[in-house]
Amino acid sequence: MTDWLTPLELEALALSARVALWSVVCGLPVALAVAWLLARVEFPGRSLVNGLVHLPLVLPPVVTGYLLLLLLGTKGPVGGWLQEAFGITLAFRWTGAVVAAAVMGFPLMVRAIRLSIEGVDGRMEQAARTLGASGPVVFATVTLPQILPGVIVGAILAFAKGLGEFGATITFVSNIPGETRTLSIAIYSMLQTPTGEAAAIRLTVIAVALSMLALVASELLARRAGRRVKGLEG
Amino acid sequence: MSGARLEVDVTKRLGDSVEIAAAFESGPGVTALFGRSGAGKTSLVQMIAGLLRPDRGRIAVGGRVLVDRAAGIDLPAHKRRVGCVFQDARLFPHMTVRRNLLYARWAGGRRGALGLAAVCDLLDLADLLDRRPGALSGGEVQRVAIGRALLADPALLLMDEPLANLDGPRKAEILPFLERLKEEAGVPIVYVSHAMEEVIRLADTMVLIDRGRVAAVGPVEDVTSRLDLRPLTGRYEAGAVVAARVEAHDEAYALTRLSIAEGRELLVPRLRRPVGTTLRIRLRARDVTLTLAAPEGASTLNILPGVVRELAPAEGPFVDVLVDAGAPIWARVTRLSVDRLGLAPGLAVHAVVKAGAIDRASLGRAQ
Repeated sequence: MTDWLTPLELEALALSARVALWSVVCGLPVALAVAWLLARVEFPGRSLVNGLVHLPLVLPPVVTGYLLLLLLGTKGPVGGWLQEAFGITLAFRWTGAVVAAAVMGFPLMVRAIRLSIEGVDGRMEQAARTLGASGPVVFATVTLPQILPGVIVGAILAFAKGLGEFGATITFVSNIPGETRTLSIAIYSMLQTPTGEAAAIRLTVIAVALSMLALVASELLARRAGRRVKGLEG
Repeated sequence: MSGARLEVDVTKRLGDSVEIAAAFESGPGVTALFGRSGAGKTSLVQMIAGLLRPDRGRIAVGGRVLVDRAAGIDLPAHKRRVGCVFQDARLFPHMTVRRNLLYARWAGGRRGALGLAAVCDLLDLADLLDRRPGALSGGEVQRVAIGRALLADPALLLMDEPLANLDGPRKAEILPFLERLKEEAGVPIVYVSHAMEEVIRLADTMVLIDRGRVAAVGPVEDVTSRLDLRPLTGRYEAGAVVAARVEAHDEAYALTRLSIAEGRELLVPRLRRPVGTTLRIRLRARDVTLTLAAPEGASTLNILPGVVRELAPAEGPFVDVLVDAGAPIWARVTRLSVDRLGLAPGLAVHAVVKAGAIDRASLGRAQ
């Protein structure tokens, strides 16, 4: 592998993968909870929450990144508090890139999961309750398996989004080699140098391949989970 | 728990025009909630199961209060120990039959007296254990659903039209299992249905529901024999339900002798039931004719002396006559015959019952 990837390219690729993975790992539980709230609970301000969740989808990514910087930067209200209370700095760190990727991928996850929760057959959950299962157990044993295809699709879409995230990331955490220079940012940087075009094309090919792989994997996994849930295979 | 009695007294408003206000008590054995679609049977069942909250009222099983709005008690469904068999079975498609059956055990922490082996035996499920619900037939699916509910150690078993989605042969396949269940499981059962033949075959007590209200409660024989309830019970072909005992079989003539009351016997085509069995049979009104004097030289085998109790107009030119022949029997005669014979309450008559009158599909075993 190292034969045809320079250490710099490898570094960008590994960083992108790490950022995307962590953004999904951290975002998924929250996305599940929010999707559940939106799909199942009637509460005042539901459309406000719904709008807020979808905001990163419609805002220019640069604006999202700038808002993150204002909010989570070392001088921002939340960022300042995080640093004072826990010594956590997000701005200009790879962890900040995770936050940016998670925020950008969040609406994709929530949408996919919410749709699948709304499609859940509530009668199965009722049956489980009459058999003695409490709420959380019903969720884990009956609801979750039914929404698994949606969860997988959401997670992989968010992962793909995290791999390629550019605007919010570069605005929030800048372009620091080895720390925040992800795949897309690396391609952008190479295009800025007169001799970098060949390297940029190589990285572009990698990015395309990765994205395709993620999409195909999500399709296969979701189909498999769907078949399982319908009781067609083991 | 076989002696557990169910007490229900609830009201619930559903939408603007529909209100359920039902109060009844039922003992052990099978209690049928009978009524046409939309009468509120399923809502009642959901309130007993804890899937729907009554606006007012109280439900208790064997003295254990499940819901009492006035006292602020409302046990959640998973703590009620009320087993449910739904019309649409609701097996979990992503689990094997075995996982489905044992769901209450591993997910609900229930441990009952009945084990997996006993339930498999009772419902003939042993060969299905490793299959998935998607690969089962409609009848098998319902058997698994019944087994799953039984293994949840229920204090009460609710069956909401469990046969309604099955075709005739499938129904016939399941009914014997339900009869065994009634005799062997020792759990009181509430059986919701709008099919009279199932009710007669399985139920001991009948709760007649009409537009959200209880129209009548009592033994199946009594409720189905009341002419005033006929608009509610008589959607099927009119007839009376009678308890009968198998006295003897006559192999030479392929007949069975049943006694329906002291000294009143019926000869019917050979029934495959042992001598001494108590059955519940339905005699169709159109198969019973009335005469003033005992006919002589007739081919009819069954002539029962009795007294006219009640007359009620039926459709067209017909009148249903309730005759007390030791047991209540209905006869469907024309208005013309009523006038010619002078049929009136108190008149002594002979009920002539055709040997083939027994509605074989409705043969039930009485307790």
